[in-house]
Amino acid sequence: MFKCYEKAALVVALLFAQTAMAASFEGIGRAATPAEVQAWDIDVRPDFVGLPPGKGNAVLGAELWEAKCAMCHGTFGESNEIFTPLVGGTTEEDIRTGRVKALADGSVPQRTTLMKVPTVSTLWDFIHRAMPWTEPKSLTPDQVYSLVAYLLNLAGVVEEEFQLDQDSIRQVQERMPNRNGMTWKHGLWPWGPGVTQGGIGNGGIPDVKNVVCMKDCKKEVQIASRLPEYAWDAHGNLAEQNRSWGPILGKPISAAAQAEASTAAGRQKNMLELAKLKGCTACHGVDHAIVGPAYKDVAAKYKDRPDALAYLMAKIKNGGSGVWGEVPMPPHPALSDDELEGLAQWVISGGKVQ
Amino acid sequence: MTEWNERPGRIRRAPENFLGPAEIEAVKQGRRDFLRKAFLSASAALGAGAGAAALAQTAPAGDPAILNLPEWSKTLGMPVATRGYGMPSQYEAGLIRRQSPGLTQTAASSVAFTPLQGMFGIITPSGLHFERHHQGWHDIDPSKHRLMINGLVRTPMVFTMEDLLRLPPVSRIHFIECGANTGMEWGNVAVPTVQYTHGMLSCSEYTGVRLIDLLEMCGADLKKGRYLLAEGADGSSLTRTIPMELVESGEVLLAYGQNGEMLRPENGYPLRLVVPGVQGVSWVKWLRRVEVGDKPWGTKDEAVHYIDLMPDGIHRQYTSLQEAKSVITSPSGGQILLDKGYYNITGLAWSGRGKIKRVDVSTDGGINWRPARLETPILSKALTRFNIDWVWDGKPAILQSRCVDESGYVQPTYGQLRAVRGTRSIYHNNAIQSWLVNEAGEVSNVQVL
Repeated sequence: MFKCYEKAALVVALLFAQTAMAASFEGIGRAATPAEVQAWDIDVRPDFVGLPPGKGNAVLGAELWEAKCAMCHGTFGESNEIFTPLVGGTTEEDIRTGRVKALADGSVPQRTTLMKVPTVSTLWDFIHRAMPWTEPKSLTPDQVYSLVAYLLNLAGVVEEEFQLDQDSIRQVQERMPNRNGMTWKHGLWPWGPGVTQGGIGNGGIPDVKNVVCMKDCKKEVQIASRLPEYAWDAHGNLAEQNRSWGPILGKPISAAAQAEASTAAGRQKNMLELAKLKGCTACHGVDHAIVGPAYKDVAAKYKDRPDALAYLMAKIKNGGSGVWGEVPMPPHPALSDDELEGLAQWVISGGKVQ
Repeated sequence: MTEWNERPGRIRRAPENFLGPAEIEAVKQGRRDFLRKAFLSASAALGAGAGAAALAQTAPAGDPAILNLPEWSKTLGMPVATRGYGMPSQYEAGLIRRQSPGLTQTAASSVAFTPLQGMFGIITPSGLHFERHHQGWHDIDPSKHRLMINGLVRTPMVFTMEDLLRLPPVSRIHFIECGANTGMEWGNVAVPTVQYTHGMLSCSEYTGVRLIDLLEMCGADLKKGRYLLAEGADGSSLTRTIPMELVESGEVLLAYGQNGEMLRPENGYPLRLVVPGVQGVSWVKWLRRVEVGDKPWGTKDEAVHYIDLMPDGIHRQYTSLQEAKSVITSPSGGQILLDKGYYNITGLAWSGRGKIKRVDVSTDGGINWRPARLETPILSKALTRFNIDWVWDGKPAILQSRCVDESGYVQPTYGQLRAVRGTRSIYHNNAIQSWLVNEAGEVSNVQVL
């Protein structure tokens, strides 16, 4: 009996505490007006909840693009000058399968936005909320429809005259090149029911398993990678980035070494060294053909091609034959993306050192 | 008896930049005697203040820093409030946030890295907190800042900063790490120092309101609304999907305070989301809106960026948790040990799954390991400082740290991580970091499988 009273008292106390707490929040915050919610609730979900009405097409989009977007992204969304390229690397087959093949075989090392994005809503939402770069939230819904249509047209997803609107965007979703390219099955969303029950993640199960070993854990130490010499010098004087006194100091990097690493000339010199190191110069001369074409001829052939960088990166990585003759160029799968980009840029520049 | 400045293994104070390229070359050749000579001449050149070695050669009566009283012992110092907001000593000027050259082409969408190589304990001074902005930062007028909560709620509500500061606050210490931290190193070694390999990492005491309290005030439908969208007030209005389970746990905060003062503008002044254990991009800065929903949003930063490419060409989407990771912050890449003898190896460990349970350190590239000492406090989803003794014998050594969190997860090697995820993922690289010490005492970044 006593116990029962105690329990009841506890319940009353808890109820009181909760009421008291809620009461103490009185006067804090207020209801949002419908106009306020409408002004800020701008997100568009993959199921198109939140997508405002409007329409546009790639022809209108092209004009807008040239005026508001091309200065950063290039006329064809191909530019790598300020941001990574938006368009390129997708094929007709990708549109059919919904999987961008180049992501698996690595044939286009620099991943473009359209190679990655699975959902067309993402393009609409982001352009609307954050673009143009220096004037975010200045575009009307019609303008956003047109710009999205233009990007999709560049990637061959829609025709030039295709009218993009609230309804037709659903058909477009069925043609997104990487719409089947995502998985939610992983351990880095450890909350909720997991994919098997309609949520995200596998419940948090890790994908790697190391163990705590303390003694004689392996026979030898295999160093897989070391810092390249030019990378030592490319981050300024390390002595000045550490405490200038104490038991451990930073490594001094001379001004000359820094300058060389940071200038185009230094970079190009490094690329020539890299080309020698990787055996490129056995078959290619800067000014003369050996087995393969001269770098100056490669540069001349592709100088007007907008995707020359991505194309040459892929060629260097995967090799090929038939463009310059029948002698095949071997693939170079061990080159890092950074090295590929550096080499391709260097080839486009004609392989010059100055 | 040895002289005061000639004890074996004693590390001598080094005048800044005393080593030129020629000396460095000599050091590389293993000629440590050359290094000593460089000290002697550099010290002599500095005169009385640092001329210990020079004096020792002629009249070894003692350290001139003791025998000759310095200026600060003989003159009047500066008055109070000379600096209304205190600044670090002029001798600490090198330890600042820095960009990695060539990483990005525009500084408004870029990263500035925290100088982990010279820091102590677990708290990041607010001025050294790493920066990552997607469309530049603003210093927002707090009287004009609003927070809106809408979506699956009974009443959409608006809160002013005054409202939020009236609510009962909590203060908690948590780490924040960018999902792309160590991302430049997935394929191969790319950068020289721990500032650039691991410097998208900070840890602060945050003060603010539990988000769940506000959701309850709005009558959020927590049965249907299993996801939350957080949105910033800046130009990019960055958006991220947050798991409701984490909000319900009471861990997710609407923070205005950082290390005892208001947030810095670069860190989201006047309001940011704190999502413990989750990558930094979800800690939305300049937070203006929270929406309760029944499906994830697939925003730009979870459909184009912050997705992890696997070897088969599939991307993992909504990867959010930061798994257990540790790094030795000193000695670390780009540093030089001046002599053989005793050193303290120090570093940081952290896990998005909870507390750090242990850290082991190897000085032979992972063949043998010794347990490190964990400093207190050891907090859930916060940085933990570790230290361990080491006597360097002057031979090449490879320093590594390996942590274990309270879930039992052991930080993986590069070999283990790449076997599953390949080398192109960019995000969530938590592999064991290796620092190679060569015979000249120069420490460089290497990768051990």
